[in-house]
Amino acid sequence: MTWIFENWDKFLEASGVHLRLAVIPVLLGLVVAIPLGWLANRSRSASAVLMPLSNVLYTVPSLAMIVIMPVLLGSKILDEINIIVALTIYTVALLIRNIADGLHSVPGHVVAAANAMGFRPLRRFLTVELPLAVPVTIAGLRVAMVSNISMVSIGALIGLGGYGQLFIQGFQSNEDIIWAGLIGTLVLAFIGDVLLQLAGRVLTPWVRAGR
Amino acid sequence: MGWLFDPAHWSGSTGIPVRIVEHFTYTWLTLLIAAVIAVPLGAFVGHTGRGGFLIVGLTNGLRALPTLAVLIIVVLWAGIGDVPVYTALVLLAVPPIMAGTYAGIRAVEPSIVDAARGVGMHEGGVLLQVELPNALPLVFGGFRGAALQVVSTATIAAYVGAGGLGRFVFDGLAFQEYDQMLGGAVLVAVLAVLVDLVFVGLQKLTVSPGVVGAGSGGNR
Repeated sequence: MTWIFENWDKFLEASGVHLRLAVIPVLLGLVVAIPLGWLANRSRSASAVLMPLSNVLYTVPSLAMIVIMPVLLGSKILDEINIIVALTIYTVALLIRNIADGLHSVPGHVVAAANAMGFRPLRRFLTVELPLAVPVTIAGLRVAMVSNISMVSIGALIGLGGYGQLFIQGFQSNEDIIWAGLIGTLVLAFIGDVLLQLAGRVLTPWVRAGR
Repeated sequence: MGWLFDPAHWSGSTGIPVRIVEHFTYTWLTLLIAAVIAVPLGAFVGHTGRGGFLIVGLTNGLRALPTLAVLIIVVLWAGIGDVPVYTALVLLAVPPIMAGTYAGIRAVEPSIVDAARGVGMHEGGVLLQVELPNALPLVFGGFRGAALQVVSTATIAAYVGAGGLGRFVFDGLAFQEYDQMLGGAVLVAVLAVLVDLVFVGLQKLTVSPGVVGAGSGGNR
């Protein structure tokens, strides 16, 4: 375990890169998945396209997804954009279903009450339906966050940064470095998970008030 | 995409068909070994209700574990070869299958289980003839998750010297032949989707039409 303390600056740098490559896709994925989830919940034919498509995209192994990206994006193999878009696709594929389910579970009488109070559709969606879908969305975000944090290391196989570089260096020289990367991954995943749970609590104060 | 359709790459001992067979063998053999370990364990825990938190915790924790690190650590301990590769793959395939079996059996309507006991079934009969058939959709969900994990990790295993379709990705990377990398990646993606479809088909064939939720997919 001495490597971590002797190379603290290297460890912090890997942590920063790793965090960036994992968190940006979660945020981008959420932004893309909200309108798509809304669409899937609203239209049966959109759902018939989006659900099987997200299943298939979720099936594609991560290394393959990262390697295919340069053709689709016109990027270079070493660009960080490859892994960011690849992980965003997984996040969207996972969240569409959660958000659609969450919106679907909003009781009809709640929507009717909002209508009766004169809410227009956009305001009703943003201030009534979306907040009520927060718990299911957070559940999906937690899975996406943890699996993204674990998947970022695959990028190291084609030369990208993060903890995966520590696994590869450790494989070639010193096993200690692998454990540093492994512990870093688990700690990041834990912190990310706890923060999302906290966000879920803050965003749904009525859950506690109702008890 | 020229690489993929060049006939020269479709023959010989390191050609595409050989790599597909290797990759497929990793997948089904791993799933078989993992099933022998995970289904009885998950069924036992689901049936008795003891130790369920352990299975759920293990499966959630494993999602955070980077497969690359697992692979490298096992290879550093056990050396390069088939045994370390299979060890790592089985390690990653067991938790989802176990969790699927456990969740499936837990989700069986208690009144059905009571009825089975009421007509005088032994505990073994209750488990094998009532609980497991009713749990099948979620068991298949576990298998689909495990299969994805295995196809994906077997690709990465080429980095530590294994065969399979990952070879094209890493050889292409080493020789800077992007065509070969891309061809390998596309083949892996197609294989993953096909394996998933096989499980969907198996599920349709084996799950009794009377079982609630038989139409639903995996649990991911």
